[in-house]
Amino acid sequence: MTIKRKAFVAGIYEHPARVATDKTLPQLHAEIAVGALADAGLGFDDVDGYFCAGDAPGLGPINMIEYMGLNNVRHMDSTETGGSSYLVHVRHAAQAIAAGHCHVALITLAGRPVADSKEGKAPRYYNIDAPDFPFEAPYRPNVLNMYAMCAMRHMHEYGTTSEQLAWIKVAASHHAQYNEHARLREVVTVEDVVNSPVVADPLRRMDCCVITDGGGGLVMVSPDVAKSLKRRKAQVLGAGEAPKHLMAGQVDLTYSGARWSGPKAFEEAGVTHRDIKYASIYDSFTITVLETLEDLGFCEKGKGGRFVSDGNLISGVGKLPFNTDGGGLCSNHPGNRGGMTKILEAVRQIRGEAHPAVQVPNCDIALAHGTGGLLGSRMGSATLILGNEDA
Amino acid sequence: MNTDRPINITVNVENKPYWEAAGQGKLVLRKCNSCGKMHHYPRTICPHCHSSDTAFVEASGRGEIYSYSVTRQAKPPYVIAYVTLEEGVTMLTNIVDCDLEGLSIGQKVKVKFLDAGEGMALPVFAPA
Repeated sequence: MTIKRKAFVAGIYEHPARVATDKTLPQLHAEIAVGALADAGLGFDDVDGYFCAGDAPGLGPINMIEYMGLNNVRHMDSTETGGSSYLVHVRHAAQAIAAGHCHVALITLAGRPVADSKEGKAPRYYNIDAPDFPFEAPYRPNVLNMYAMCAMRHMHEYGTTSEQLAWIKVAASHHAQYNEHARLREVVTVEDVVNSPVVADPLRRMDCCVITDGGGGLVMVSPDVAKSLKRRKAQVLGAGEAPKHLMAGQVDLTYSGARWSGPKAFEEAGVTHRDIKYASIYDSFTITVLETLEDLGFCEKGKGGRFVSDGNLISGVGKLPFNTDGGGLCSNHPGNRGGMTKILEAVRQIRGEAHPAVQVPNCDIALAHGTGGLLGSRMGSATLILGNEDA
Repeated sequence: MNTDRPINITVNVENKPYWEAAGQGKLVLRKCNSCGKMHHYPRTICPHCHSSDTAFVEASGRGEIYSYSVTRQAKPPYVIAYVTLEEGVTMLTNIVDCDLEGLSIGQKVKVKFLDAGEGMALPVFAPA
């Protein structure tokens, strides 16, 4: 069963906090729910579906439904694929709505890694019962060196350069200057990026996303509910999700799961790359963007470096405006999970409500993509294609 | 570098023979007797054909660097890498006893073992 035109994103909210020492994790979730529902023009009692991922405490939906006073939920989903979870949730919510299991689905993400660190609270560790853990943890993998190895291999196979990766950060910074909530608003140059300190060869500090608190949420509704709401909506045209991992030792770090989730989304939406006016691309690191753009088919495999160069991702300058809120590289990567904010900026673009300096004219179709987990080992990839109400 | 730190290994009933073999100076891989394919990390049920007729076999311990990164922020810096073994599977590891500035993809490496106590060890690699 297709989800094309079966569900709409009716309300969105991005928490303005980037450091949230004054709020608890459940409190952030609840503030986000208030914001997203208000944006949609709906109330808590209208919500009959609730979705959250591993960032929610306790048993996820159970604890959050109680805390927030969501009294009419009859459909729950706590799918956890790391930072891409929320794109998967949109797909699953659209499926649930299409099947009649719920009519108003709320999805929330929140995190406070900065506040937790200030409070001396230990970071949430990856489950040591994971079967791969004994064979990886002793070698001290971390989020930096595991992405760095992807960049190293991509450079080796395709001649990708640090300067080309830097263009991705440069484009994000051009957009972030207009976002009053962005963690980093300074416009940077390719030179700035390649002269920033190496953190894990070949990645430099400016190849990495920000670490922020806060979060975001959205409300999805059925076509019937959508008709009753005044706000501009984004409709789901297509979606795909895919796992990618080390394939029992047949390791290839030069591509992501977008290779499989992307074509599925394009096929369902019935659109081509030329139809995509704007793309939110998960940007935990510059290399994440580069590999994803290739895997989604915006350029040939191995040609990502050339594709992102010379401002091609800058709104108003290049052919594929990306992450016009400043993305994870400059604005927000709440709870170390960048998927939700990718959807939110795509919806702003569809609504024509991005900052005027970065709004893409006539943005009728947009793509959002998430990469959860680690590009250098195992990940959950998810792609969404959204359209305006006429698309 | 890596040899200066305590090595903590997470042992369970499925992976214990791997660590014990390493403790005896042997790198082992899991091989399926049904489909004949190797895999890594080791599992009792073959991830290729799902047969439970799998067993550990000794690997040559030779391979080449598939990719690597020097974690510069660590003190001291260390090298994480994926090494593709002669047997055709690629494993996450560290490169030790090496010049941090002299590493390259495709470089030949050979296994060595860091003592983890209790008769067990962690396989790592050094330039061959």
